[in-house]
Amino acid sequence: MAFEGVDFYQLDTLLSEEERAIRDTVRAWVDQHLMPVIGECYIEGRFPKELIPGLAELGVLGANLPEKYGCAGLNNVAYGLIMQELERGDSGIRSFASVQGALVMYPIHAYGSEEQKQHWLPRLAAGKEIGCFGLTEPDYGSNPAGMITTARETADGWVLNGTKMWITNGSQATVAIVWAKTGALDDPKSIRGFIVPTGTRGYTAKDQKGKLSLRASDTSEIHLEDVHLPKDALLPKSGGLKSPLGCLTQARYGIAWGAMGAAMACYDEARQYARDRVMFGKPIAATQIQQVRLAEMLTEITKAQCLALTLGRLKDQGTMTPQQVSLAKRNNVHIACECAREARRLLGANGILVEYHSMRHMANLESVYTYEGTHDMHGLILGQEITGIAAF
Amino acid sequence: MANTFAFAELRAGSARKVAFETVTAARAAADATGGGEVHALVLGGPGASAAAAQLARYGADLVQVVEHPALALGNPEVFAATAAARIKAGGYRAGFFPASAQGRDLAPRVAAALDLPLASDVTGFEITGDALIARHPAYIGKAVATLRLAATPALVSLRPGAITPVEQPRAGRVEMVEPALDPAQARVVVTAVTDRGAAKLDLGEAPVVVSGGRGLKAAENFRLVEELAAAFGNAAVGATRAVTDDGWRPSTDQIGQTGRMVSPALYVAVGISGAIQHLAGMRTARVIVAINRDKDAPIFKVADYGIVGDLFEVVPRLTEAVRKAREEH
Amino acid sequence: MKIAVCIKRVPDTEMRFAIAANRTSIDPAGLKFDLSDFDGYAVEVALRLVEKQPPGEVVAITLGPDAAQETLRKALSMGVDRGIHLAAAEVPFDGLAIARALAAELKEGGYDLILFGRMATDSGNGTVGPMTAELLGLPCVNAVSGLELAEGRGTAQRELEGATETVSFPLPAVLTIDEGIARPRLPSLKGIMSAKKKPVESRPAALGPVRLTVDVLELPKERAAGRIIGEGPDAVPELIRLLREEAKVL
Repeated sequence: MAFEGVDFYQLDTLLSEEERAIRDTVRAWVDQHLMPVIGECYIEGRFPKELIPGLAELGVLGANLPEKYGCAGLNNVAYGLIMQELERGDSGIRSFASVQGALVMYPIHAYGSEEQKQHWLPRLAAGKEIGCFGLTEPDYGSNPAGMITTARETADGWVLNGTKMWITNGSQATVAIVWAKTGALDDPKSIRGFIVPTGTRGYTAKDQKGKLSLRASDTSEIHLEDVHLPKDALLPKSGGLKSPLGCLTQARYGIAWGAMGAAMACYDEARQYARDRVMFGKPIAATQIQQVRLAEMLTEITKAQCLALTLGRLKDQGTMTPQQVSLAKRNNVHIACECAREARRLLGANGILVEYHSMRHMANLESVYTYEGTHDMHGLILGQEITGIAAF
Repeated sequence: MANTFAFAELRAGSARKVAFETVTAARAAADATGGGEVHALVLGGPGASAAAAQLARYGADLVQVVEHPALALGNPEVFAATAAARIKAGGYRAGFFPASAQGRDLAPRVAAALDLPLASDVTGFEITGDALIARHPAYIGKAVATLRLAATPALVSLRPGAITPVEQPRAGRVEMVEPALDPAQARVVVTAVTDRGAAKLDLGEAPVVVSGGRGLKAAENFRLVEELAAAFGNAAVGATRAVTDDGWRPSTDQIGQTGRMVSPALYVAVGISGAIQHLAGMRTARVIVAINRDKDAPIFKVADYGIVGDLFEVVPRLTEAVRKAREEH
Repeated sequence: MKIAVCIKRVPDTEMRFAIAANRTSIDPAGLKFDLSDFDGYAVEVALRLVEKQPPGEVVAITLGPDAAQETLRKALSMGVDRGIHLAAAEVPFDGLAIARALAAELKEGGYDLILFGRMATDSGNGTVGPMTAELLGLPCVNAVSGLELAEGRGTAQRELEGATETVSFPLPAVLTIDEGIARPRLPSLKGIMSAKKKPVESRPAALGPVRLTVDVLELPKERAAGRIIGEGPDAVPELIRLLREEAKVL
């Protein structure tokens, strides 16, 4: 049966007709194209890359970037709704869209030259180029300032050396946005961004195997060994850690919406199951324990929805701060993890089968809890904002 | 006392079952309004008049026949023009058409040509001097509308299978008439009518329908359904949307809200969960049997008789038992 | 090619609904509305025809209250070029009244093709398309499941019971479209955003007399509860007995 969403506080009435139509079309696309294959992809550990052209045609990639670069030019609430609906399907597919849009297209748009924008953005929007974002390293996750990937300037360009890890789209990407230090290793202000076509000699990617989460997603290690780039590979307006962090703020905003999609999917599944599953002569929906379980889920989802919508309107207003995003990402992912787990428990034995979605979401959300700033890190970001004291 | 009109549909020169349903309805309407005559109209190729005798059995007093070589495969514009002309000239109280594939094309055109409203896809009706009240399934079977038709003649198209043909022989005088439109003038030309699988009984006409759903797990397992249908001897094979979407069966076999609506005497649902859109297509069957391994499947709520079990074990047993039962009969 | 597609705003038929207090319609509270399924196929057919052989224009026409304009915008977001709204407070059950209003609008439009879905999923009548064709004096092919056009003529397939009919017809013509011919495209995000900028005209619908009305709309009688008669293949003999003796269908 088609997914009908969760909207206990009639937040739909606060959306414009276009925002609803955008949400509905992505919802229908997920039902038609992603849901039939996601279980199989998850078990096989395969990203459904055959869906990329369809996603591109729908206009989902870089959807909140301007029309002049071949993008849909949507507002940020619409962008959030798209992330919500994609992750209602699977966190892996939403991760793909987050990386392509917020972590590859966004930095080119924000820090790139006009030539770079004209060349890359329309191709990335059309899914003809696939991008990945190289920031995290094996020893530098929560502390990207410590990265040891270097970019040495030469007479005719740059030479990059280093290893990045946990890179979504790393193996299938045709282009990588790589962050590297152009100065001393203890100088994070020297971090700059580079556009690296992955076919360049010295660039290799390796799939990270053995994942128990985000299985329907390409997660790779990328290795740069004396990768020579021309001068114009540099993103000219990038400089310091704030550049990659600016991208992360975009992605985290999308994730605050996306996580809700996963939570909504789990709640909806649990609610229907509770009505259909009969035990001791009555549906389990008639028992107090399951009713309270569902009430908790609905309460958290509704709060998260109010948070995300408000945040989206602030972003459209131009006044959104990264700390506000931290609060929403941290809360919404946390409640989504809880919803998924509780839904899985309500489903009983059936809840461990891939035929039901909650456990897949539950496993995926552990990655979402950890990436784009862990839950704990966002707590410290808020702590610093509240107290003025950095406790990292 | 007024006469009524019935459009009699042929296929390959022979009256279809819906023709008998239509005549039966016209007979009932005539009887209810003073006992007038039933006039049936038949159009077809040479030899079409042979259908008159069959129609007389079901209550046709007069059978007007148009025979023309160009009409053998059907001719929508000639049929519509002729039916409209006959109804206009006949002063009927009511006119009945089947809501068959042909009738759904024909009846509205006739109605519009005569500037008359049409109650379409009707499952039952009452008629008095002033009004015809008809029942019509709406919202893909999830609601029933009681319609009031305020016009004379009252034009109705009948859902196939809704009216049970009743043999009540009348004279069936044959009158050869001219088509109201020269077939050479017809713009829409039927160039071919190709049987889809010669031996297959049509879903709308078969007294028994055996349908399969996702529970069969794979396209090749549909042979279990086909074997059961063959055991009944007079059964057609249907499918759910899930199964036709996956290409296991042709979309013309789909029973449901956007597929075929069927009203057989017996409907056997094999490995079908009973999604609302499927139920919409078969819930008016007289008897429903369901076989499914999930005792909570919604199909059991509409089934008169249900067997909970593995269809791969139950169906072969049932096929065998049906075969034996029919041999003994 | 200039193609008109007549579309209708209907409630989403997957949802549960209740009968309204007036007992002649359904209660719209909480229901989602959208383009009727078969109308979606018709829009898709129109868009593909114009894409295959440009230049062309697709116009969507709908009859109904102001809310029907949402459905026009859905069609516009799929790629339809402009919309016409024939305003009527209520959509009558009498297909002839609707056909009258549509024919008046379509008459001077110079359309090569006028498409309808084969029936609306709310009324389930399937009469408006052929009636409109008759009022316009145009050839009509009903429930088309296959279509090819070439040089001012068309060839269509339609499903009869147990057979497929092939029909040849000249343009201009009216076609009603059945399922299976084309899956309707989802509106793209750009399509949704550009729909706002496409022209929509609204004028009153010239319905004329309405002579088919709904006396009562009700939910179907529940079938008498059935029963599960047994488990597994061992239940088969009992089923045979019941079918033979109780139901008398064997």
